[in-house]
Amino acid sequence: MTETKNTITFTPERLAKAKEMIARYPEGKQKSALMPIMHLAQEQFAWMSQEVMDYVASLLDITPVEVYEVATFYTMFHLEPVGKHVIEYCRTGPCVLMGGEEVYAHLTQKLGVKKGQTTSDGLFTLKEVECLAACGWGPCFQIREKYYMNLTNDKVDDIIRELSR
Amino acid sequence: MKILTEHINTPGIETFDVYRKKGGYTAVEKVIKKMTPEEVVEEVKKSGVRGRGGAGFPMGMKWSFLAKPEGVPRYLVCNADESEPGTFKDHYLMKNIPHLLIEGMIISSYALGANKSFIYVRGELMYVIHILEKAIEEAKAAGFLGKNILGSGYDLELVVQPGGGAYICGEETALLESLEGKRGNPRNKPPFPAVKGLYQCPTVVNNVESIATTSWIINNGGEAYAAIGIGKSTGTKLISASGHINKPGVYEINLGVSCDEFLNSDEYCGGVRKGHYLKAVVAGGSSVPIVPGHLFLKTANGEDRLMSYESLSDGGFATGTMLGSGGFIVFDETACIVRNTWNFARFYEHESCGQCSPCREGTGWMQKVLNRIEHGKGSMHDIDLLVDISKKIEGNTICPLGDAAAWPVASAIRHFRDEFEWHIKEPIAATKPGAVYMKESVLV
Ligand SMILES: Cc1cc2nc3c(=O)[nH]c(=O)nc-3n(C[C@H](O)[C@H](O)[C@H](O)COP(=O)(O)O)c2cc1C
Ligand code: SF4
Ligand code: FES
Repeated sequence: MTETKNTITFTPERLAKAKEMIARYPEGKQKSALMPIMHLAQEQFAWMSQEVMDYVASLLDITPVEVYEVATFYTMFHLEPVGKHVIEYCRTGPCVLMGGEEVYAHLTQKLGVKKGQTTSDGLFTLKEVECLAACGWGPCFQIREKYYMNLTNDKVDDIIRELSR
Repeated sequence: MKILTEHINTPGIETFDVYRKKGGYTAVEKVIKKMTPEEVVEEVKKSGVRGRGGAGFPMGMKWSFLAKPEGVPRYLVCNADESEPGTFKDHYLMKNIPHLLIEGMIISSYALGANKSFIYVRGELMYVIHILEKAIEEAKAAGFLGKNILGSGYDLELVVQPGGGAYICGEETALLESLEGKRGNPRNKPPFPAVKGLYQCPTVVNNVESIATTSWIINNGGEAYAAIGIGKSTGTKLISASGHINKPGVYEINLGVSCDEFLNSDEYCGGVRKGHYLKAVVAGGSSVPIVPGHLFLKTANGEDRLMSYESLSDGGFATGTMLGSGGFIVFDETACIVRNTWNFARFYEHESCGQCSPCREGTGWMQKVLNRIEHGKGSMHDIDLLVDISKKIEGNTICPLGDAAAWPVASAIRHFRDEFEWHIKEPIAATKPGAVYMKESVLV
């Protein structure tokens, strides 16, 4: 147990970044840095295990439950292990009008997974999300910071092929 | 008139140098060197510009409500949460011309007497957050941000804050909770943010597009801004257009352009998809009532409908809708209204923060009933049940998400009741893949 805990530490760059984030807020309001630091943590550790959340709490000097509360409220934080690429697929109305359901069906078939599942090779996790503020460029999904827009079945094939290499 | 998007296609406009060459930051120089904060507020008041986040509350008036107790910091928070389905204008603006927002933030912060201001961006737009942070660095290096701006003694720091994926954090008090590092549960009002907002200090929350108008207003004067548009819908508005149109995208319109021109001219949407007919429109984001095509183009009195706050709401909810956030969604005859209503209901169920029971229970209930109608398992009684639930939610919740969930359902039934009935009476036909109820008389 203690051993896993020890492995949960930010890289020196991220630790510096976290300190800089904490310093952005007024005296005594360092809790505002919670979400920025959680994003930083997920970038390094891929998902928010309890150890990761406890580590974040220690950085901010808040109780672990304050981190759990936030992690369970916001959909961007993964509470279970995820594959190398997390595909966050928009399932909201405007994208549906642009053919979002057909492309989604193709994607699930291609990956052989349903929502929330990870492919057996550990490469892809499929998540359904709500409107990504790209409705005129739909259908769309996001992988980490990158938006993939105006999707078609062919484009999906290309993206998956590219990322599987 | 292009106020926000005039230079948006200029190569390199995302950099400080190009933005500056195109006249950027002259408004900051003007306010800092020549104007008092009160004069800036006055100019914005004169412009008549209304909040572009959805509610359309006059921005200058909101600014003048800000409490100013001695020795207490005041905050400006920019709402860049942009999660309302159908809305992608702030995304477009920030990624293409970030300095327009940064410049607006400096002007607005100066007017309000804020020394630390925040831009709360939905976390999904992390790449845009990096763009904004770079723009802030550039503005700082040029002396437009940081300590002692342009030698005036005025200090300002801008912080870009990521959200975590929650529509409700677009609601201003939920946003403030989120910014304090908590779950996004809307606060009970009063007190209003103008008195007790971020960290319990007086706070103004404004949308990206609202704040971005200020540099033009300062450069050209509030009166010049008010001369654009129509009546109390002054100035220009960004419209995010999606759905079954030839040219989806973001368009800047003069408020008051006719709905027909906006939908059908090549300057804007370029008409309904080739070979198809107009069935329905959601004019201002998923939360506003849906209207059939003919009521979008003409009011109940047969007058041309205009893209303005007043004209779009003409006739109230019986025959009108709202401009909202400018999330403009077009449905042609291939779109199933029941399926779309269910999709939106599912969205609101998912996004309800769960604090008040009419919203938490009501959104879930509406989603379930719509789901069974859509899947051929509904009964006639279900339609009245939906109307009944929507009425019980409306007006009975802590924040307006409840209303936002109720209106799309109520309006879809109001205008497309026969389509719901068809799903119930003809479940086999209605559940065939791609099956859509056809009533030619509603098509335009
Ligand atoms: C559920 C809900 C979601 C909202 N989402 C947004 C949003 O994404 N962006 C926004 O600017 N305003 C949003 N608003 C409106 C804000 O509460 C607030 O009125 C607005 O940011 C004020 O800015 P403005 O006066 O410049 O429009 C939302 C309101 C509600 C009730
Ligand atoms: S109306 Fe809905 S979203 Fe708003 S506070 Fe109540 S439960 Fe939360
Ligand atoms: S509906 Fe998919 S991005 Fe808005």
